[in-house]
Amino acid sequence: MNPRKYLKVYAKFLHTSLASELEYKTNIFIDLITAILSLIGSIFLLSIFFQNSLNIGGWKFEEALIIQGIYTILNGITNTWFNPNLTEIVKHIREGTLDFVLLKPIDSQFFISSKKINPSGFLEIILGLCLLILCIRINQINLNLSFLTLSFITIICSICILYSLWFFISTTTIWFVKTWNATEVLRSFLYIGRFPLNSFSFSLRIFFSVFIPIAFITTIPSEVFLGLSQLWKISLEVIVAIVFLTTSRKFWLFALKFYTSASS
Amino acid sequence: MISNSINRKIFTLLKVQYSNMLEYRVEIALWAISGIIPFFMLNIWTNNNLNESINISDVMLSRYFLCAFFVRQFSVVWVVFSFEEDSLMGKVSPYLIQPLNPFFRYLAQHIAEQITRFPFALIIAVFFFIFNPESMWIPNLKILLLSIISTFFSFIIQFLIQSIVACLCFWTEKASSIERLLFIPTLFLSGLLAPVASFPEYVKSWIYLTPFPYLIDLPANLLSGNTTNFRGGIGIQILWILILFPVFRKIWSAGTKKFTAMGS
Repeated sequence: MNPRKYLKVYAKFLHTSLASELEYKTNIFIDLITAILSLIGSIFLLSIFFQNSLNIGGWKFEEALIIQGIYTILNGITNTWFNPNLTEIVKHIREGTLDFVLLKPIDSQFFISSKKINPSGFLEIILGLCLLILCIRINQINLNLSFLTLSFITIICSICILYSLWFFISTTTIWFVKTWNATEVLRSFLYIGRFPLNSFSFSLRIFFSVFIPIAFITTIPSEVFLGLSQLWKISLEVIVAIVFLTTSRKFWLFALKFYTSASS
Repeated sequence: MISNSINRKIFTLLKVQYSNMLEYRVEIALWAISGIIPFFMLNIWTNNNLNESINISDVMLSRYFLCAFFVRQFSVVWVVFSFEEDSLMGKVSPYLIQPLNPFFRYLAQHIAEQITRFPFALIIAVFFFIFNPESMWIPNLKILLLSIISTFFSFIIQFLIQSIVACLCFWTEKASSIERLLFIPTLFLSGLLAPVASFPEYVKSWIYLTPFPYLIDLPANLLSGNTTNFRGGIGIQILWILILFPVFRKIWSAGTKKFTAMGS
């Protein structure tokens, strides 16, 4: 492991994929409008839920907006990094080009998860950040160092969990070849992350914190923002994130043993 | 004689596409699963007693969301993605030589996929009734037929809209981003996530002028037995088809004139 080499390679990846994405400039522009409309749509949906009720699952409208903000940031990160790269795994395996990746003198997981970048997700991240700043003002959250570090840690953990989930599902392609729609199933489950976990019934709550830890991804960081989160929840999230990252790494190395390249 | 040959064409197209789709039945099952968002929404509605304010009982609302799930399952359209891939790969040129509009091929593909999808959707519905036995109901034959027709019209409207977008491939090569943009209002305004009856007045005043509420809300209300003006609704669905079809014809003939085959 030589971090400088990896940094240099990553800079090259950035350069090439940005260059190829910027070929389709109108596309990026349309994606920007899509991101804005999508945020407006989900706030509209939230306002329908709140139009006759002051709180849902113990969350007020202004507080639920924080979840929307965090969801939007994470969705932007997914669209910028995870989605373009990890859907590419399917292509690599179907066409047998994973051979070329494995032959390169660089870590295969690093290569596969960082090769591409989709700049149109950036706007979603910016939109989410703006919404969060607005929420901080509405909810009168006072910023101090411990708040900032805690929220930073939890969001980083959420990103790790999200990445591991995506990577996990994409790795299964080695056995099933076409899991393009499995990522679609994950996407539809992640949609739940837009709403506070407490607004669901008990059985779904268990499902979304044990099997697919969507609860950890958006609800805990939002609780940190409101200063409601207990320390055990935050440390639990850190542990979950570490467990997810290491198992997804192990799972990838395990799956590679079963990889028989195309036509062999 | 002529009708005989048309019949044979339809039959062959459907048979070919159906056997093709059966090959990918696992994927189609995954697609069916990824459409379960309406059930999560139902959970939020009933778990927080939000439906009391819009005068829809728990049972009626759960029927509504089940029907919305079904309508969505049988009106999913992806023609723009198929067409974009075919046109980027240069597969459109051989299709154009054949004495059959290539969109018939895509139409057959969609209908064959719906036939393949049907058993999976039924299985999901059975699970739904196991968890919510009180919402079980049997619609009468007339309602069932009408809602199948209405769902089919909804499918045709979406197919025409997407075909029009797909024809833009002749000019821009990447038309799927426009489709993603159009998907946002479809998602939030069609009634998939919340029944149109629950929308605030300022949205209700103009929403019926757009095609969106006729895509899911109308057939789902009809099938679930909620109050709806189905005569007027189906009439407007037909009106939209009559408006969109000539537009598609125009843009198709303009596009094929503009078309330059790959490599020329």
